[in-house]
Amino acid sequence: MAALTEEQTLIRDQAEAWVRDEYPVTKFRAMRDSKANAAIMADAWQGMVEMGWTGILVPEAHGGSDLGYLTFGLVLEALGKNLTASPLLASALVGASALRLAGSEAQQAAVLPGVVDGSIILTLAVDEGARHNPAQIACAAKAEGEGFVLTGEKRFVLEGMSATHFIVPARTSGAPGEEAGLTLFLVSADSAGLGRKALSLVDSRGYADLTLSGVTVGADAVLGTVGDAYPVLDALLDRARAGLAAEMMGTARQAFTMLVDYLKTREQFGRVIGSFQALGHRAAQMFTDQQLAQSCAEAALASLDNDAPASTVAEMASLAKARVGDHLHLVSRELIQMHGGIGMTDEYDAGFYLKRARALEATYGNQAFHRERYATLLGY
Amino acid sequence: MSTATGAANDAFRESVRSWVEANFPQELKDQPASMEGASDGDLAQALDRWRDALAGQGWGAPTWPKAYGGAGLSPAEARVISQEIGRAGGYNPIPLMAGMGVTMVGPTLLEYGTDEQKAKHLPGIASGKIRWCLGLSEPNAGSDLAGLATKAEDKGDHFALNGQKIWTSGADVSQWCGALVRTEPQAPKRDGLSFVLLPMDQDGVETRPIKLISGASPFCETYFNDARAEKSDLLGPLNKGWSVVKRLLQHERASQTSARGPGAGGKSESLQALAKRYAGETADGKLEDADLRARLTRHLMDAEAHRLTAERITAEAKGNAEVSAAASIMKNSATNVSQARSELMIELMGYRGLGWEGDSFRPQEIDTVREWLWGKAISIYGGSAEVQNNIISKNILGLPETTQKG
Repeated sequence: MAALTEEQTLIRDQAEAWVRDEYPVTKFRAMRDSKANAAIMADAWQGMVEMGWTGILVPEAHGGSDLGYLTFGLVLEALGKNLTASPLLASALVGASALRLAGSEAQQAAVLPGVVDGSIILTLAVDEGARHNPAQIACAAKAEGEGFVLTGEKRFVLEGMSATHFIVPARTSGAPGEEAGLTLFLVSADSAGLGRKALSLVDSRGYADLTLSGVTVGADAVLGTVGDAYPVLDALLDRARAGLAAEMMGTARQAFTMLVDYLKTREQFGRVIGSFQALGHRAAQMFTDQQLAQSCAEAALASLDNDAPASTVAEMASLAKARVGDHLHLVSRELIQMHGGIGMTDEYDAGFYLKRARALEATYGNQAFHRERYATLLGY
Repeated sequence: MSTATGAANDAFRESVRSWVEANFPQELKDQPASMEGASDGDLAQALDRWRDALAGQGWGAPTWPKAYGGAGLSPAEARVISQEIGRAGGYNPIPLMAGMGVTMVGPTLLEYGTDEQKAKHLPGIASGKIRWCLGLSEPNAGSDLAGLATKAEDKGDHFALNGQKIWTSGADVSQWCGALVRTEPQAPKRDGLSFVLLPMDQDGVETRPIKLISGASPFCETYFNDARAEKSDLLGPLNKGWSVVKRLLQHERASQTSARGPGAGGKSESLQALAKRYAGETADGKLEDADLRARLTRHLMDAEAHRLTAERITAEAKGNAEVSAAASIMKNSATNVSQARSELMIELMGYRGLGWEGDSFRPQEIDTVREWLWGKAISIYGGSAEVQNNIISKNILGLPETTQKG
């Protein structure tokens, strides 16, 4: 764990206690079984708003606490442990970051207070295919009168059913594959011509496909500069990736705790199975890997708080997403294997962690995507 | 690779081919080999017809003696039959309809059963009309199977069984069960066990299906509450059940050594073609994702090495179906190949490789996801990967045993 300030320690302890006492995995299970469209734990979300977590990245002038990314990461890590389902990452980290990176003072004043009080839920609608590929955006934004008309599709949008507004990168010029020509728009979910459809994925979270069939927006819906959004989108995605890495660490740590507990209590052949070196050594290696992954996740968040250059942030974000992704992949697989048959049953929680792990790995670039990007960033 | 060389084999293949052409119901062509069979009435009738035709030939279990419903054929001839059925776009439904009957219970009965037991049980298995399940694992006896607690009390002409079994595949649809039970509570763990056969349709037996991380499953929990097993249905000597089951499990491993995986098989798309379709390719036909490409290659080489090893073992055994400790090697290798394949498939499909249900996904995509989840069981059931490694280190390498305590 990074050297935390007193305030950060307080927030972390509060978040961990809240998750542990109020939101055990049974609450997630109940939400899954309810098959609710939005797929969020509504009372948990309300609690997060009340505790001020939605304002951690919002300037004080707009009602937030402006405590930074590492602090936000501590909360996300706690939430990742028991799979608490909410739009906190999508709205208060990714959405708020988009406004801060690209929004005018007027736009921030109009939107951020709503993000803080929960009346506005933002999410980024970036990918158009099944695999993360921001440069391939084809969704078109045609200038018309004072504003723009958006036409296209966005797929697998995180928290797409609970969001009130979408941050939509669309093409004002250029062709798919080109970085130039992209523009960010803030689009209300109830805009005419915008359709959304809930998706049922293995992790039971709230994804949606969006269809934009001639959605008209005003010039004031543009976040940042027309045609020049790629660097901003890249920076925004890096913030999202660093946040995801923190959540993934929480999920991995909890899976590892379950695994070690089982090794200590399950008896076969007249002794606890953790006494077999074949299992004990694997657990020891996983713990070593956990420590390395934790450092990467924290360094990515800290680079944002330290205003590191964009290239450094990009390197750290890709390092974190890839290394934490590999770690979570390994632990989620071993969680099932070391539990044996019981781990295969739906009645037990291990499967939730395996399913959530693969979804988190795929989000905003999987390990392969980030290893490739890391190589490119390092110039080879 | 053709195993049919020489005139005698060619003639045999020829005769099998014309029999299949004359008897295989065309409506079953390329139908999936589902355990549940066809819910559609016409298909179900065709399936029954096909099963009875095969059973009439003794081809439900072709290597078994004719007296017990088999055809008295060699393993090589049995392979010709399954190849020819496959060539016609069909499959042999009897091994599936018999549950654990053809692959495990039958071969063990042939070895340990009395003439009376063989005559009573084998024909029903070979015809596919009697389905069998196995009561082995218990909640507290998984890898340590010999630690099981289900008791069988001697009641004169029968045993009264009490206890709980888990992972009894197909228990809710089976007519008979082979169960490993404790008949001598005072003896050391492995010495007090016996293997009994009992009918499932009785008051003392209750089954409950188990839902898995992949959804519904054929597995059940099975409860014995004074369940009755006749003395005449004790397989092998009293308190020697451990030897019977060791043999039974070798037959199981032998039936699990082919590296099957989602999308495997001739008719479906190759993994590399699938990868190109989902992840894209460069102008010169290389997979766009270089990192995925390297890992895909490693997997394809693993799969090929596994296939070659299976072929080599078959060739070296010269068609002898003897099972051995090599089954443990092949089971672990098959598991690695099949689980790696599933992980690669869901990775290359991106979010489309994470669909649980709904019309936003193609049925094949949902199947791939469910099979990926289900496939996590392969390294657990039939002796976990760790148990197989114990067998390899002890029985092949001669290393000291570390798991024997009591």
